[in-house]
Amino acid sequence: MNHLPLIIKREYLTKVKNKSFIVMTFVSPLIMVALIAVVAYLSQLNNDKDRSISVLDETGVLSEVFVSTEHTTYTILTTESLETAKELVKSKEDFGLLYIEKSIDLTNVLPRVKFYSDESPSLSIMSSLEEKIEKKLSDTRLFNDGVDIEKIEASKSNITIAQETFTGEKTSKIDSYLKLAFGGAAGYLLFMFIIIYGNMIMRSVIEEKTSRIIEIIISSVKPIQLMMGKIIGTSLAGITQFTIWVILGGILTLVLSAIFGISLSELQSPQQDIISEAMKNPEIAQEVQLGLQSFFNLPIGNLVIAFLFFFIGGYFLYSSLYAAVGAAVDNETDTQQFMMPILMPLILAVYVGIFTVIEDPHGTVSTVFSFIPFTSPVVMLMRIPFGVPIWQQVLSFLILVGTFVFTVWFAAKIYRVGILMYGKKPTYKELFKWIKY
Amino acid sequence: MNDLLVADSVSKNFGDFRALNAVSVSVPKGSIFGLLGPNGAGKTTLIRIINQITMPDTGQVLLDGEPLKPEDIRNIGYLPEERGLYKSMKVGEQVLYLAQLKGLTKQEAKKRLKYWFEKLEIGDWWNKKIQELSKGQAQKIQFIVTVLHQPKLLIFDEPFSGFDPINANLIKDEILQLRDEGATVIFSTHRMESVEELCDHIALIHKSNKVLDGKLTDIKRQYKTNTFEVGLQTDSIERVSNEIKEKFEVLPATFRNLNDDVKMNIKLDANDSSNDLLSFLTSKAEVHHFVEVIPSASDIFIQTVKNN
Repeated sequence: MNHLPLIIKREYLTKVKNKSFIVMTFVSPLIMVALIAVVAYLSQLNNDKDRSISVLDETGVLSEVFVSTEHTTYTILTTESLETAKELVKSKEDFGLLYIEKSIDLTNVLPRVKFYSDESPSLSIMSSLEEKIEKKLSDTRLFNDGVDIEKIEASKSNITIAQETFTGEKTSKIDSYLKLAFGGAAGYLLFMFIIIYGNMIMRSVIEEKTSRIIEIIISSVKPIQLMMGKIIGTSLAGITQFTIWVILGGILTLVLSAIFGISLSELQSPQQDIISEAMKNPEIAQEVQLGLQSFFNLPIGNLVIAFLFFFIGGYFLYSSLYAAVGAAVDNETDTQQFMMPILMPLILAVYVGIFTVIEDPHGTVSTVFSFIPFTSPVVMLMRIPFGVPIWQQVLSFLILVGTFVFTVWFAAKIYRVGILMYGKKPTYKELFKWIKY
Repeated sequence: MNDLLVADSVSKNFGDFRALNAVSVSVPKGSIFGLLGPNGAGKTTLIRIINQITMPDTGQVLLDGEPLKPEDIRNIGYLPEERGLYKSMKVGEQVLYLAQLKGLTKQEAKKRLKYWFEKLEIGDWWNKKIQELSKGQAQKIQFIVTVLHQPKLLIFDEPFSGFDPINANLIKDEILQLRDEGATVIFSTHRMESVEELCDHIALIHKSNKVLDGKLTDIKRQYKTNTFEVGLQTDSIERVSNEIKEKFEVLPATFRNLNDDVKMNIKLDANDSSNDLLSFLTSKAEVHHFVEVIPSASDIFIQTVKNN
């Protein structure tokens, strides 16, 4: 008798009707968007902070580079000694005092520069000050050596290398970023999905054990049917939740940017300036054009199909293990020791994806890990946008399916015995004994 | 075929532990069959094998003369000892789900549910969650789940635990009625008085072996020791007692009665008849109490387990 549809339906409905699930589904995107808004707002606050910095320049030639900007006011002190300058700055409650010691020969000897302040200044402030002085000093030296600074400025050039494949498709750097983004998003999505919904499956198995209904169910259906029903039902609930998150998140972002549109654009003004500036530049406009084009050039069909296959394969592989862990223990606190071996390869996959695939998508490490079944779903999904031969994808998927069949068999064995075992936490040795029952 | 269920030398090992050792039992059609044994004897393992939850290592189980098939779950209703329901699921949905797992259609299940809800005086629980019910109420739901698909074989593991005496009686009557309607019941319990009350046949499992089985009356006949409990009234207690002790094997007896002077258990030899004893006693004193000692299921249980 095939009860699978019935079990899937129940698992799906109980998950979806669960109050905390509903709350999570609708509140999470709100929290996420709110969080992003808060972070954006806070970073804006930080940038807005006005500072005044006093400069005591004993060389007398460097002070001209400190020109006040919107948020930073420079006061040039001239006559004071260092001690009186310090007192003065303290009493004015300035952010700090930049002291440039007198130097006889600026051409050969670098001046000694010190910054006095109550709070230690941030890296960005320091590097901006250093940059200003360095620029002035090297300009002065070049000038002293008889170099025309203006000519140097005029000689600066900017090169963008246009990329094209041998088959004639135009590509660009944006293309690589896009591929990276797609692969990374797909891999990371799978990772998150496995952790969130794998845990949900595990908890639902434990619930059946602790509520002692399991024996009644098991006298009506085969354990493997129950396990598969759980995995499928929970993933359907997960897909529902994810879809709602994406839609809600999209709507919320739209609404928020409509309401705070102006402030958001103000917030991003430097970047936006760069972008609008860049758009005027024909080369960069072409670059964007190419980027759009490369989006359409992505192996979208392959991407979507591979995403579905590897996502499902990887998810099933791991969730059957989660189900087995749930069956082996009595309560959630006991799951820890069994979770480690599940999480390790998963985390490894993400790290390999982040550090190796980005560097060299077709290198040995990336390729090998995209075949090892426990890491292949994540790593392969990250590699595919860079173009992986179909035979590799198929082979990797077949290995994945083979392993999946094995883990389901393995998990079902543990599940079958474990769901009827109460009271004590089993050891790994006992788990292996169960397989023989 | 008069036996609905036959387990034929069923053995099951869990690792090095032998949970069942070539156990054979036959459950006659239409009987209430008591499956007895101390804790950890292997009863639950046998029940799980009958329910196809675990498979036997050797031996087989026949239902109606045929080896068990996966489809047979429709014919079996099982109330496990470790029982429970989905706590946060509504009563109605839950029972429908479990009934559908047993192969009933939704409509049929609903119709039968209505009947049972009325019969067990379950009111408007349909939309209540299990966690809102009392333990006894949840047990009633559990009972309905077990019998709803009208199986020909019902297996109850400690069915009365958790019920108050009134509801326990209600359930007992339902079990008897189901038996009268043709169902066969396997009944596993430690409560010997309910075995006495309900069971026609019993099997006793001890340390993974079946040590005793058969019709309860046959077993009692087999275990009776030809002993009679007597109460006599006489003026000369000591003399009468001594005279009886000379002739028969006598054991002390305690029972409640009005002013009996001599109370004793008298064990007869195989060639003495109860009539001989009675006429001997009437010649000595006035007989107020004369009853054959029939071993209770509890006595048989304890005796058998101790001897093994």
